[in-house]
Amino acid sequence: MPVIEAKNLSKVFGKNPKQTLKLLDKGLSKDAILKETGNTVGVNRASFSVEEGEIFVIMGLSGSGKSTLVRLINRLIEPTEGTIMIDGDNLATMDKKSLREVRREKLSMVFQKFALFPHRTILENAEYGLEIQKVPKEDRKKKAQEALELVGLGDYIHQKPSQLSGGMQQRVGLARALANDPEVLLMDEAFSALDPLIRKEMQDELLDLQTTMQKTILFITHDLDEALRIGDRIALMKDGSIVQIGTPEEILVNPENDYVEKFVEDVDRSKVLTAQHIMKRPETVNMEKHGPRVALERMREEGLSSIFVVDSKRNLKGYITADDASEARKKEINNLTEVLKNDIPKVERETPMHEIFDIIHDSPIPVAVVENEKLIGIIVRGAVLAALSSDGEVNLENA
Amino acid sequence: MLNNVLDFVPKLPIAEKTKDATEWITEKFSFLFDPIKEHFGSFMESTSEFLISVPPVIIILLVAVIAFFISGKKFGLATFSIVGLWFIYNQELWEHLMSTFTLVLLASILSVIIGVPVGILMSKSRIASAIITPILDFMQTMPAFVYLIPAVAFFGIGMVPGVFASLIFATPPTVRFTNLGIRQVSQELVEASEAFGSTGAQKLFKVELPMAKTTIMAGINQTVMLALSMVVIASMIGAPGLGREVLSALQRAQVGTGFVAGVGIVILAIIIDRITQNMNKQKQ
Repeated sequence: MPVIEAKNLSKVFGKNPKQTLKLLDKGLSKDAILKETGNTVGVNRASFSVEEGEIFVIMGLSGSGKSTLVRLINRLIEPTEGTIMIDGDNLATMDKKSLREVRREKLSMVFQKFALFPHRTILENAEYGLEIQKVPKEDRKKKAQEALELVGLGDYIHQKPSQLSGGMQQRVGLARALANDPEVLLMDEAFSALDPLIRKEMQDELLDLQTTMQKTILFITHDLDEALRIGDRIALMKDGSIVQIGTPEEILVNPENDYVEKFVEDVDRSKVLTAQHIMKRPETVNMEKHGPRVALERMREEGLSSIFVVDSKRNLKGYITADDASEARKKEINNLTEVLKNDIPKVERETPMHEIFDIIHDSPIPVAVVENEKLIGIIVRGAVLAALSSDGEVNLENA
Repeated sequence: MLNNVLDFVPKLPIAEKTKDATEWITEKFSFLFDPIKEHFGSFMESTSEFLISVPPVIIILLVAVIAFFISGKKFGLATFSIVGLWFIYNQELWEHLMSTFTLVLLASILSVIIGVPVGILMSKSRIASAIITPILDFMQTMPAFVYLIPAVAFFGIGMVPGVFASLIFATPPTVRFTNLGIRQVSQELVEASEAFGSTGAQKLFKVELPMAKTTIMAGINQTVMLALSMVVIASMIGAPGLGREVLSALQRAQVGTGFVAGVGIVILAIIIDRITQNMNKQKQ
């Protein structure tokens, strides 16, 4: 069962919002509606579900409605229409008291500009969520301290937020959210205000924490690289609507329409694509059946200067070059083992492309993709280059 | 001919009606006004009598110590307080100073007690804000003398009507600044507080008021200054203090006496202003 399930979630800012929704049904665009009614469509019928332990990224440019959408999830903004199911309860119709309970126990939020309380110390900030639940002082202090230690700020607890750098402030923001031990973390552009190096560090740290915490995370960002890096699944928004939901690969490789395609055009594909996307079926010879003669014949047929050698179970044993093979044939050696070379560059199915660059650069032969010592594919230099250009063909069937 | 157009209704009896209303209120609410006049009046008197009974040198030193610490251990304000207060003592205005101080202090405290909650109400409710804003404008722009008339009707003469008139004149800045201060709290902080499941009261006391404190204090400072500026006017209805000295000097055309009493008010104003301002700075 999904932890969060949003259905037809909509928000119209202005007067008579329900009327405006009807105009949307008639197919009017956001701009046309603004002209006609003066109302702004924040979110237009967004539906998605987030599974337990998943990092679900909502990504879009500014004005796409992503920040409104995340605020609809914890009802900081009242939805005009639609349902928000959290653990089977509909947040949209809940009374204030129950809503408060859900916010206290299940949802915590991390804000773009940190939103730390400047008049409180780091510890008091982290305690806030527990304090308003009237958790006894000793207890909440302990939990807040633990959360701060988790994000590496155990030594700063008595400082004020203004004494900390941006990255550290956002760690406090994260600790404040974690101290409540919520089921769901809502992160609204949590790392966008940080400079690129710190941002990357925080992303890594979030992923690290996530391996132990297994929280359900709804992460908002305008940065596609960030979305691709941390998202298990990504929802792309445009003009208040969700355009496409999918894994990073699906979004990159199979953009649903021109907008998404244009969006992902400039992305650094080397960080997202892995060996499996660019490998191709390998030509091999079986050392238990074939000798140098067959190897030479295969290389000639395929126009190769070397060929990988496997055993009957497709375990990769080495490779043989054309020169060595003809040499062996002249010397009448019939067993490939004797002329086998072993210095094969190997990568795994999941090796990201930017790591393959270096390997393939120094290698005279194609890179082998192996899984449990079995050869499952090879990568040639041309394939890497092709994949990097956005219209290059990428092989998704391997994935 | 043309003027007749404007004369289509005779003069409206606003003045008469206001007088009737005031009389009606005076009569009907005397059960409220009389005890206030009696108890509050005697409370104020005993306060100022107490202040007068304390040896002036102790008060002067106390003010100097407060000034010294509150201005960040600098001697400027402390020195000024000692010299200024000694000057007032030297001019034999000490008792008047204590009366004035009592009036300003109580008027200010009441203004804050009334003003801050009203300001909070305004910041929370657009309707309340729409209703209260013109009332505040009215209170601030109506000449202060006008308040003296109903004040006398309700409370007779003396300190109590003085406080009443000061209250009306001096409360608006506290209301306005409280409203402004709370509205200025960054949206993200308010959201953060709500997102963690704060109740309205928790949001107010744990986030909004602490964040708005500097602005509210600036409003309170203004309120105190306005209350002080009312002391001369309030003396017209019998409020004792430095103001009465100024007034009687005016009536008898005694330039010298009037000047000295006026300087006394200025000294008190400067000391109170700097101390309240520094209280604000210190807490930032």
